[in-house]
Amino acid sequence: MSAGVGVDLENLWIRFGDFVAVRDANVNINGGDFFSFLGPSGCGKTTILRAVSGFLDPSEGKVLIGGNDMRGIGPNKRPTALIFQNLALFPLMKVWENITFSMEIKGASAKERRKRADELLDMIALPGQGDKLPSELSGGQRQRVAIARALCAEPDVLLLDEPLSALDLKLRQHMRTELREIQQRVGITFIYITHDQGEALTMSDNIAVMRAGVIDQIADGKTIYNDPNTAFAASFVGENNVFRGKIKQVMGNEAMIATNRSGDLVARISTANQGKLKEGDDAMMFIRPEAFAIAPDGATGDHFVTARVNHEEFEGNVFNIFTEGEGGKEIKVSIPNHGQSFQDHTGQNITLEYEAQNAVLVPAGELAAE
Amino acid sequence: MPRFLKEFFNRNGTGMGLAILGLVIFWTIGLIILPQLSMLDFSFRPNLPPPEIGGPKDVYTLENYKYLIYGPEGGSQDYNAVDLRVFFRTLVAAVCVTIFNLILCYPIAYYLGQSKGSHIRIFAIMLIIPYWINEILRAFALRIIFGETGVLNTLFVGLGVFDTPFDFIRNDIALYAGLGYAYILLMIFPMYNVIESLDGNQIEAARDLGAPWWRIHWRVVIPYAKPGISSGCTMVFMLSAGALAAPQILGGPSSLWFTQLIYQQFNDNNDWPQGAAYAIVLLVTCILFVLAVMRLFKVNMGDIGK
Repeated sequence: MSAGVGVDLENLWIRFGDFVAVRDANVNINGGDFFSFLGPSGCGKTTILRAVSGFLDPSEGKVLIGGNDMRGIGPNKRPTALIFQNLALFPLMKVWENITFSMEIKGASAKERRKRADELLDMIALPGQGDKLPSELSGGQRQRVAIARALCAEPDVLLLDEPLSALDLKLRQHMRTELREIQQRVGITFIYITHDQGEALTMSDNIAVMRAGVIDQIADGKTIYNDPNTAFAASFVGENNVFRGKIKQVMGNEAMIATNRSGDLVARISTANQGKLKEGDDAMMFIRPEAFAIAPDGATGDHFVTARVNHEEFEGNVFNIFTEGEGGKEIKVSIPNHGQSFQDHTGQNITLEYEAQNAVLVPAGELAAE
Repeated sequence: MPRFLKEFFNRNGTGMGLAILGLVIFWTIGLIILPQLSMLDFSFRPNLPPPEIGGPKDVYTLENYKYLIYGPEGGSQDYNAVDLRVFFRTLVAAVCVTIFNLILCYPIAYYLGQSKGSHIRIFAIMLIIPYWINEILRAFALRIIFGETGVLNTLFVGLGVFDTPFDFIRNDIALYAGLGYAYILLMIFPMYNVIESLDGNQIEAARDLGAPWWRIHWRVVIPYAKPGISSGCTMVFMLSAGALAAPQILGGPSSLWFTQLIYQQFNDNNDWPQGAAYAIVLLVTCILFVLAVMRLFKVNMGDIGK
């Protein structure tokens, strides 16, 4: 298979009339990477995918595939294959005809095509299903046929537009593993579009977090989760608790912020913002639910938060405690279940403790919608 | 009572159900089947003056059908060459009109069906409004365009394309144009209905997999649109084979349409049995032809209703 062809977006702008769908995107995707664009619907991620596949021309900037400028090259001539959100299998063609459609165009004989289809059907664990119509398959099977059809074209880059969104939860989780396995086996570049951060985190080598046409951060999943650049990235990826305040003092990589309700708190400044956040700036501090621990009553200091417990729920692996937070927003705390007896705190005031390096500070900004 | 009838009555209530059922039965049997049966009956009887109807001479005979094939008894020719030629030419011409319409209307239907936006509605209205004008006026309008001193000839002679006016009417161009134009809506709308429901992603998927545009149509759009195409083609074929006004107005002096022969039998010769026999032959031939073509292209009867 191909050694992995990279994709680069250089100063990419895409406008529809006055509306800017993609604003100055600069992305380097390494060959052989599983790269995700993660963002809420309408953030421009599908637009980027259409620009890479060739269905849409950039208003400004370039799309490079394997270093070649793709301007003026139509979708049927690009080394990409796209898996559509609704799969777009051809309903009147049999499964094997669907899979080998790209070979039919190149003039391959029926025998050759049939052979290749059988190989691919084995690969996607659907042996002997070639003569069925797509409508005779289940959702997960159709999903796999769509992947096989795209792979049959031997693309350098496979583009996936939220292909798992129509599946139920169990199947979706199963397909994540499967997609990742297929990607590693064929070794080509995958560009994956999703609004589901779980999908992005579990499958991707690198993720671009997008908001309203702008790419906020490009990094691997761990970095995005632990060290977000912006308030949006922090609030969109995973669950997070936000504390607003003004920076009171910067101490190397850490800073203290003055909050309205929780007094002065200390946190690590996110890497991208170190040296940029200054005293007096409006900032947001994010602490993950699992970064909190229950502290002994009466403990005070710059890494303690006192709050009143609204309600609690037991989720199996964790206990979730919801306390009153700022501006009606709840603070969520997840305490791992170690099998110990868990005391119900509902209605009580509790003190929560965190470590400053597990709390991250970013400039105040737009939060992801709930 | 079969289940579908029971469900039908449950859904509509007994009173309403009976009323609907009664009307449908009246429509199919009273207005379509019985008159056609009486035509069939006519076609097997001799043409007798009224006093002799029901008399000893009024017996079933194949004479009227024989006439189409062999002509008048004791005639100078072995076969009724004139009428047979008209008959086959009508069928061939109807096929041509159908194919011409299909080629003309498929791109229009595809464009209407697959583009998005409010202008589609305006285009559809622009296609429909001309049909408010009655058939005769539309046919005469085409005569004005195609006539010897008509718009086209004035234009072409003026531009120096032709030295002398071209006789569009004698060459049947006006007739084909008129017939084609008369039924384009019946071709466009069934196709449009089907193509509109085709998921645009399928077209993009085919393109993404490397297909050039003609291949996308050949492998994705046309197979999907087949029910609409067959529905449109059947209607256009049947209606052009049975058209009367357009051939009457736009046909050249030497080119009779088979329907004109039928009309002559009924009206000019006052020979209803002969006219009925001709009409039945046309009807049955058209139906058999359509069924054969449907079989050839593997179209189901149910598809026609789409």
